Amino acid sequence: MSFQPVHFYQTGTFTVGNRLLEPSERSVQANIQRTNSLNSGHRACQGCGEALGARYAIDAAMNAARGRLIAANATGCLEVFSTPYPETSWQIPWIHSLFGNTAAVATGIAAAIKVKRQKGQMGDVRVVAQGGDGGTTDIGFGCLSGMFERNDDVLYICYDNGGYMNTGVQRSSATPPAARTATTMPVGPEPGNQFGQGKFVPAIAMAHEIPYVATATVADLRDLEYKVTKAMGMRGARYIHILVPCPLGWGAASEDTILLARLAKETGIFPVFEAENGEVTDVLKIRRKQPVEAYLKRQKRYAHLFGKKPAVETIARLQAAADKNIRKYGLLDQEAN
Amino acid sequence: MLKQTEGSHAVAEAVGLCRPEVICAYPISPQTHIVEGLGEMVKGGEISNCEYINVESEFAAMSVAIGSSATGARTYTATASQGILFMCEAVYNASGLGLPIVMTVANRAIGAPINIWNDHTDALSQRDSGWIQLFAETNQEALDLHILAFKLAEEVSLPVMVCMDGFILTHAYERVDVPTQEQVDSFLPPYEPRQVLDPTDPVSIGAMVGPEAFSEVRYLAHAKQMQALELIPRLTKEFKAIFGRDSGGLTHSYLTDDAETIVVAMGSILGTIKDVVDEMRQAGEKIGVLGITSYRPFPLENVRAALQNAKRVVVLEKSLAVGIGGVVSTDVRMAMSGLQLEGHTVVAGLGGRAITMKSLHALFAKAVRGELERLTFLDLDWDVINKQLERERTTRRSGPAAESMLRDVGVVAARIG
Repeated sequence: MSFQPVHFYQTGTFTVGNRLLEPSERSVQANIQRTNSLNSGHRACQGCGEALGARYAIDAAMNAARGRLIAANATGCLEVFSTPYPETSWQIPWIHSLFGNTAAVATGIAAAIKVKRQKGQMGDVRVVAQGGDGGTTDIGFGCLSGMFERNDDVLYICYDNGGYMNTGVQRSSATPPAARTATTMPVGPEPGNQFGQGKFVPAIAMAHEIPYVATATVADLRDLEYKVTKAMGMRGARYIHILVPCPLGWGAASEDTILLARLAKETGIFPVFEAENGEVTDVLKIRRKQPVEAYLKRQKRYAHLFGKKPAVETIARLQAAADKNIRKYGLLDQEAN
Repeated sequence: MLKQTEGSHAVAEAVGLCRPEVICAYPISPQTHIVEGLGEMVKGGEISNCEYINVESEFAAMSVAIGSSATGARTYTATASQGILFMCEAVYNASGLGLPIVMTVANRAIGAPINIWNDHTDALSQRDSGWIQLFAETNQEALDLHILAFKLAEEVSLPVMVCMDGFILTHAYERVDVPTQEQVDSFLPPYEPRQVLDPTDPVSIGAMVGPEAFSEVRYLAHAKQMQALELIPRLTKEFKAIFGRDSGGLTHSYLTDDAETIVVAMGSILGTIKDVVDEMRQAGEKIGVLGITSYRPFPLENVRAALQNAKRVVVLEKSLAVGIGGVVSTDVRMAMSGLQLEGHTVVAGLGGRAITMKSLHALFAKAVRGELERLTFLDLDWDVINKQLERERTTRRSGPAAESMLRDVGVVAARIG
């Protein structure tokens, strides 16, 4: 194993020093009582951001629901790698129906629980729905919006890796501009994914004025646990959008998953915030602002930007998009920079 | 209790008596009155302990039903036409997962051209979906079949579609006998699921299955339908003992014992056919009717037994398998295989075209004379068709066909009936 220098970059976060905290302040994952909802032995790739995000999110939800949780899962990587028949990694009641209907299936589960509770046949069981960006922002979007609009008692978690990785890395509406995918190849006058397309579903979720919307990354897992726990303390439709790097689809090293997630946040490419009833209530500030190149260069999906003739203009456009996020969400403390 | 009421309302009352726990629906004509009725009953407290969810599409309706059924709730929805196509992926999923959802299909044509009127194309498009499909002849039977459907669905763990002719039944006011809650409770016990999402006993539902077991899982779906084939007559008997009516069953025979000509059909058209048969019987013609109530599972042996002594069989169906002819008649022919019988397919009543006694008289007389072709489209206006064919032969940009043909038809109202 190669030597990895310790960066004290994380000073002041909970990541270092977790063991020094009071047990009540420790993360759900640090607790011996954690449920391992998504148990070991599944078939995710090395360094899979989605597997990491799902483990933290669902264990935190289980902790908040005191073990009474049902999950609905969209078709996609998470579904395929966790339940190759007859094996399952799920230690909780879990259902996979289709690619595009997860939010609606969760609505049905929540409705059944409500009736069963009225009849005294069931306790206070909670519902999470989860899917990738394809199952959420594209094919499942109608059902998602319907669930939001009715304010059904469901926490929907989207694991966003910016494309259809399960089917071989095709573009989704969450694929960032300029990124190479199997359907947005780095050829022609505008290589990679087009600018001016795509959608940021957390903002659309906010437009539904649902009780809670949050974004998170797998770089700040305490923050993720906090947001899931907070969401589980609320009722009605809640949405958490987690950026989960995909080593395969992004052409990145497996050990860079957390680093890339952090860079996405530190560059402003992915704003990390919370919103209640349609209004932003808090943001995770950028600690040390990085240029977008720091994020882009580590991923082969952007390799075409850094050839013999670097695509300076394209990089500038991506920088401008990141800067816009910083302004829009107030990601930088004025005095810090 | 006897009531003069609309078919849709009768069905809504029947569903309410079945103590549903989750109802989800998206409005589509001619299903609307059913879900409106249920919505009012739930909101007004007439149906207690029930969640009514107004969803944003039929795809969501079936998906919500999947979630609630998998969580152990007795679940109902209703749809028609384009709606069943829009939910198609979830329709297959519900049966694949073995969830006993009951759904009314208020049978309606499928576009294009868009058409809100009755035929059976919608339900029959899902004949291989793994759902049990029961067709009602009257409003009374539609009401009764829903009660039967919940029991059947829950016993075999398969979803059931109760198909009733849109408008002809859904919007018709007829006398129906609405059973009491005690009667329904004594027939239909609370839902006891085979599989359920329960935190005290967690299971994974909907895992990926590869070639090593997929055929076996699919075979099980077939085996369950074969069980339903045995179960339907038994439940029909139980039903009769409590409610005193002959609703349900696999098939209904009418004057078939000595019949040389037997007409096979499904749904409300059976009433008109029986009237024509009665008149032809009075004129000395040996003709009878076989109504198919259970289209899936298809009662091959019952159909064969009913037809085997006849000379000719006319399958009159409100559906068209484009490129071959009949949908129901293909199945009837399978039941007839090896029998020396003349078989005829008549496609009739598409998109709400009225099937009149006059047309049926002429049709059956032609069949009896041995002059009926193997595939007939009842009451086709050949002028309109030939004009369009000529237009397409002579003009490359002949324009949208349906619109051109409508123009040729002229004043529509004058043609109905």
